[in-house]
Amino acid sequence: MKALFLALLSALLLPLGATAQMRIDVSGVGATQYPIAIARFAGSSGLPQDVPAVVGGDLSRSGAFRVIDAGTVLSDTDTVDHVAMRERGADAVLSGSITRLPDGRYEIRYRLSDAVRQAAIGGESLIVGERDLRFAAHRIADWVFERLTGEKGIFSTRIAYVSKQGDRYRLNIADWDGENIVTPLNSPEPIISPSWSRDGTRLAYVSFEARKPVVYVHTLATGQRRPVANFKGSNSAPAWSPDGRSLAVALTIDGLSQIYLVPSDGGGSPRRITSSTSIDTEPVFSPDGQSIFFTSDRGGSPQIYRMSASGGDPTRITFTGNYNVSPRVSPDGRSLAYVARRNGGFVVVLRDLASGNEVLLSDGGREESPSFAPNGRWVMYATGSGGRDSLVAASVDGRVRQRLTSNLGDIREPTWGPFAN
Amino acid sequence: MNRTTKLLLSALSALVLAACSSGVKLDDTGQGAAPVESRDGSAAGSGVGVSGADARGVQPVTLDPLDDPASPLSKRSIYFDFDSFAIRDEFRPTVDAHSRYLNSNRDRRVLIQGNTDDRGSREYNLALGQKRAEAVRRALAALGVQEAQMEAVSLGEERPRATSADEASWAENRRADLVYQ
Repeated sequence: MKALFLALLSALLLPLGATAQMRIDVSGVGATQYPIAIARFAGSSGLPQDVPAVVGGDLSRSGAFRVIDAGTVLSDTDTVDHVAMRERGADAVLSGSITRLPDGRYEIRYRLSDAVRQAAIGGESLIVGERDLRFAAHRIADWVFERLTGEKGIFSTRIAYVSKQGDRYRLNIADWDGENIVTPLNSPEPIISPSWSRDGTRLAYVSFEARKPVVYVHTLATGQRRPVANFKGSNSAPAWSPDGRSLAVALTIDGLSQIYLVPSDGGGSPRRITSSTSIDTEPVFSPDGQSIFFTSDRGGSPQIYRMSASGGDPTRITFTGNYNVSPRVSPDGRSLAYVARRNGGFVVVLRDLASGNEVLLSDGGREESPSFAPNGRWVMYATGSGGRDSLVAASVDGRVRQRLTSNLGDIREPTWGPFAN
Repeated sequence: MNRTTKLLLSALSALVLAACSSGVKLDDTGQGAAPVESRDGSAAGSGVGVSGADARGVQPVTLDPLDDPASPLSKRSIYFDFDSFAIRDEFRPTVDAHSRYLNSNRDRRVLIQGNTDDRGSREYNLALGQKRAEAVRRALAALGVQEAQMEAVSLGEERPRATSADEASWAENRRADLVYQ
């Protein structure tokens, strides 16, 4: 099923090719960096993707690893010279081999060993077609990351974002590192607020192609798109329920924006779940589906509130300052990323929901649209600071930042996709 | 945006589209490439060189007051103060003129598009733009315009008329536009 999905995706979403590129600049390092030696894999030279180099790039950009060149070719079956690797400063060693199979696909075998204890940690193999070699490298990086840190890696996840170049708006999907860009939607009218379904097969977003905002659900594998909220007035701010059956949206059926639930497959009538005489918008479900966080100016300024997903009285969450918007809940449900106006600029704040402690994840002053990585370790946001619109992934400990710029023009509205499974 | 610009844009879009190869593409044929209509509804140029036409015949043409640059109806934008949703006195004559036109032309429909400057959240700005469009819709309704003739929507910060990051541009974008359909 997975292979089929990937094949469909590859066939329907052709890469833009050499014209679409992104660039990453990393600043800062993790509190502790794990030194890992990555060998050249046997059989890896001459392939369209340098698999061990992509693995090394992923681990290095995470800020949690220091990647050391093993200085040699090491197959997964070769004996690792742990003493030599220790002398190079490595605590772990990744080795492997790539073999072309008779059907044209590639078998990648890889093995991780502990140079300190001089013992094997484990090994795995993947079989992929040529165009998925890069994806395979991200999967290997995820495996290494999880074996060595105990947490799931996000290297094989994808991000969706919007680019604007001249009068063209594009909804794009890229690997987490900005590579491998595909463009499911290309439009002369604005596109905002993309949101992934939890299974990663569909995107909901707002398109202005009808001269007003309408919410669509777009099935990526088929290109089929369907308006799921197209009522009189404006339709916006889609947020998936965790079970994927409904979307919370902001509708203006009765005047100002209020929050409603609509079925994600279209049809049915919207069910209103907020009832204020002010603006209620930007809903987002907690991961357990029990709560909805949203932005409301019912208290005189836009602030973040939480309510039960079935309705009822909301509780105000933010009190500092007079502009706190765009809430996003972490995958573990414990923290909230949002945009605050501080000293006249807009910055991304990370708040611990239990303690109320807050840290700043940005300082540019022109930030918007935060989005959590599925492992909760990163928050990606758009920034207009530094001359043009670009994307930043900031580690939640505030130590590492990766800035993605693009030759596709201004890029904004990032939303981090789910784990690849 | 005038028609020439739109046609140019749609031609450009076609070129861009031709150069792209992936995903779903939307074109703006519904707006930009609409054929140019003549004033009286007949096909453009059909009166030229038609044999047998009465040389003394006169086909009267009544200009729609919407198209009269001297009419108050030619003003289609209502501007708002920062963080405000009240219609300023100077725009009352514009609202009045459009209400009279809509009341005497019950078949005409108008889209009221609210706009904001680009500071802050796109979605919250969309809601603020809606609040401006809604203020105009209510003012027109109070003057007797039927609900079925109006739709208040928001473009938020997505369609700025001015793009500089200064007070003059922000003020230009705090606006509701009346778009006849």
